[in-house]
Amino acid sequence: MKAVTRKATRHVNQNEGLIFEKSSAGKAAWKLPPLDVPEVDTQKLLGASERKDLGNMPEVSEIEIIRHFTRLSTWNYAIDLGMYPLGSCTMKYNPRVNEVVSRLEGLANGHPYQPERVSQGALRIIKTLSECLIEITGMDAITLQPAAGAHGELTGLLLVRAYHQSKGHPRKKILIPDSAHGTNPATAATVGYAVENLKSDARGMVDVAALAAQMNEDVAALMLTNPNTLGVFEQDIAKIADLMHAKGGLLYMDGANMNALVGKVRPGDFGVDLMHLNLHKTFSTPHGGGGPGSGPVAVKKMLEPFLPKPVLITKPDGTLGFEYDRPQSVGRVRAFYGNFGMFIRALAYTLANGPDGLRQTTEDAVLNANYIRKGLEGVYDLPYSTPSMHEVVFSDKLQVKKGVHTMDIAKRLIDYGFHPYTTAFPLIVPGALMIEPTESESKEEMDLFIEAMRSIAQEVEEDPEMVLAAPHTTRVSRLDEVAAARKPVLRWKPS
Amino acid sequence: MRYLPKSPADREAILKAIGARSIDDLFAPIPAEYRLNRDLKVPRQMAESEIVDWFRERSRENGDGYATFLGAGAYYHYRPVIIDSLISRGEFLTAYTPYQAEISQGTLQSIFEFQSMICELTGMEVANASMYDGSTAAAEAVMMAVRLTGRRSVVVARSLHPEYREVLATYAFHQGMPVTTTGFTDNGRVDLKELERSVDQNTACVLIQSPNFFGTIEDVAAVAEIAQKKGAMLVVSVAEAVSLGLVEPPRPADIIAMEAQSFGVPLGFGGPYCGVIATREKYVRQMPGRLVGQTTDRNGKRGFVLTLATREQHIRREKATSNICTNQALVALMANVFMTIYGKVGLRELAKQNLAKAAYAAQQFGKHAKVLFSGTPRFNEFVVQTSEDPYAINSRLLGHKIVGGLPLKKFYPELGNAALWCCTEMSTRTIIDTAVGLVAESERSVKSAKEADVEEVAR
Repeated sequence: MKAVTRKATRHVNQNEGLIFEKSSAGKAAWKLPPLDVPEVDTQKLLGASERKDLGNMPEVSEIEIIRHFTRLSTWNYAIDLGMYPLGSCTMKYNPRVNEVVSRLEGLANGHPYQPERVSQGALRIIKTLSECLIEITGMDAITLQPAAGAHGELTGLLLVRAYHQSKGHPRKKILIPDSAHGTNPATAATVGYAVENLKSDARGMVDVAALAAQMNEDVAALMLTNPNTLGVFEQDIAKIADLMHAKGGLLYMDGANMNALVGKVRPGDFGVDLMHLNLHKTFSTPHGGGGPGSGPVAVKKMLEPFLPKPVLITKPDGTLGFEYDRPQSVGRVRAFYGNFGMFIRALAYTLANGPDGLRQTTEDAVLNANYIRKGLEGVYDLPYSTPSMHEVVFSDKLQVKKGVHTMDIAKRLIDYGFHPYTTAFPLIVPGALMIEPTESESKEEMDLFIEAMRSIAQEVEEDPEMVLAAPHTTRVSRLDEVAAARKPVLRWKPS
Repeated sequence: MRYLPKSPADREAILKAIGARSIDDLFAPIPAEYRLNRDLKVPRQMAESEIVDWFRERSRENGDGYATFLGAGAYYHYRPVIIDSLISRGEFLTAYTPYQAEISQGTLQSIFEFQSMICELTGMEVANASMYDGSTAAAEAVMMAVRLTGRRSVVVARSLHPEYREVLATYAFHQGMPVTTTGFTDNGRVDLKELERSVDQNTACVLIQSPNFFGTIEDVAAVAEIAQKKGAMLVVSVAEAVSLGLVEPPRPADIIAMEAQSFGVPLGFGGPYCGVIATREKYVRQMPGRLVGQTTDRNGKRGFVLTLATREQHIRREKATSNICTNQALVALMANVFMTIYGKVGLRELAKQNLAKAAYAAQQFGKHAKVLFSGTPRFNEFVVQTSEDPYAINSRLLGHKIVGGLPLKKFYPELGNAALWCCTEMSTRTIIDTAVGLVAESERSVKSAKEADVEEVAR
């Protein structure tokens, strides 16, 4: 028989099969200690409820599991590998001490229902983080219960509704700028509000005249991202807040872009009534390939009675505890108290920074975005010349002439060793390139990025076909998303 | 600040390059009257060693080293060490949602495997990439049933986790979805007669939990029949995922809403956990959350992508099936590694140990106190009714560094001095015997106090 070369490239470049394809009966990666109580007759205890077979669950050894997931991991891009300039996602460094302290035994093994007497450590963490976030946002009270940003929005709008209801009329509509993130309108619909679009003006900001015309007693709140998704600070914020308040409406701030503001300005000071934060953005908790997040909601005094229950309180004896008797509360939005593990990480980040570090972080984030803006201006179209805060939005207008779109440029950027920016968002910029470097990038890394982007712009002029076929260096080339959606294969089945 | 990679000279150079005189120029768009001209009142910058010390102190104040009999939706199982070795790899930990498939195949393929294993374990045809937790998964599953049936009301079992019921109430309230509750009988299961009366032509779905909040395994087939013959769907919540190793999954369900915390996710004082929704293929387009699908690249090579995104908020905005965006990807990866480790045989053996420990403990408690619902099959939780207030008993158990069962008075006043106890593979016989001993002591002292009273009266 002819010898066959089975291995021509490094393992990581070869296909790593699905775990099911490595399975064979009798392999195991587990070992249980001997049972110290009498064995039981499962049939007798469970009767017809006994399960006999676990289908196609895999049987593999420990080394295979380690290799399997380690190889898979090498096919991912990550902050640890380089710049990850996704706009509005704030892909900053995830400090490792956060991971260490979140795994301390008493915290990792704390049961949510253990008596308060033996939960003082966890409660102190919740209280300390709450105080820091209240101070950072300039608000009066906070709930940490929401599990992510969109969940925070949901909680926020429940509060809005409860507040108006308490005044006798829940109102009907939520105003949302056309530049907003998709979760905003989706959330409003979930809470039973109609969504009314608010158009942006030539500066990319809320059109104050339009707002004045649309604002009335049917509007419950305006959901405003500030800085907005163009990375632009809403300079008329005072007027906007006044317009809302004059007709009894509330100003909700989506805190997705809070990384531009921490330590420099506080939303509570510029008229915001309630807002959510994304601890997985501004406060450095890892994105983990899509979560877990955490979306605390900070509010002004008048909204406090409506916060989800339970609420953390200090008892007369000085110990901490939860209060469940909250007659005006909107209820629970999640079992237990929220993504506590993320609270630990966010607090560790805050302690590592202190007031000076937090301010410097914000300044560096804004400095970096402006450096990239300067480096790419003229090479890519800048649809709004309004000053940028922590992110900058270009468009593919110049490249489209050669048939190259924002997604193609993004794919080519992969070949240069960078994760793409956010493509095709915000919707008010056709063919958007939304770039947020965060404070975590050095000047050297940004210079490389700028060079890469300039080089791609040149390639678009000289060899657009090559850009259209990018990426060229990845394990897989562009994937057929149409086929994936048309005939969905969502699970492995034995062939 | 040690996380920031710029020297003062770098900052100067950048300011010069962008033509700004000082950093303040860049913050000029913020109206001056709002700019913060003072330090934030947060603790001063700490060294890494100080941070570790501060949290160690909090850890010590938090029941470090206590054995626990608490379950009730959060279960203490052993976590094989390779879970953390693998999820700590920066390529998993510090990656974003895998929108750019070419450089996210690791995350995408692992989610595809997660979806596949959840399907195997639940007996469903499709599963999503994760939801926030079991409580929100249940609420979202109900909203999915509302969309699928075009009906609006919901019947929920009182034996569903009380906090899950509270979350559903919050979600349902503003959707104009009436929620009715169906009680349980003295066998600890849904009262089928009451259920029969509650389900009508407007019922979108019946929501139950199995094993339910009391650890009792519901008669899913009977509940399904009642719901489905009136055109309603059956949604089953599974809060203790390890039960799937030994307990027949609720196959007659239309939608299963899971909490996968038991699969290698630390208790972590209640989160982050990992919800999942699994259902039948024909319902997939009404499913909330992300889905990963298999496809091929331009060279015909197998690859994976996020798919059916037209259900989601970033495409559909207010018409999306849910507002969910960030979910629990890294926690789902923990569950994925856990399921891979135990696999087809180990998961069953693990579940068997849970069953055996709980059976032993229930039997021992039963010698001294009343174990409720004991005629019905259960998994690893059971309800013990004592003469004394369980809070008082628990207070004494704490002295032995044991956290006793969850007193149920708060949620089920009608059960009196009842507490929900949970045993997993982590519950040693010694600890069980110690807890049983203290309960026995409590019963004896209540009894002798009563006898003393009787004597007093007789005299």
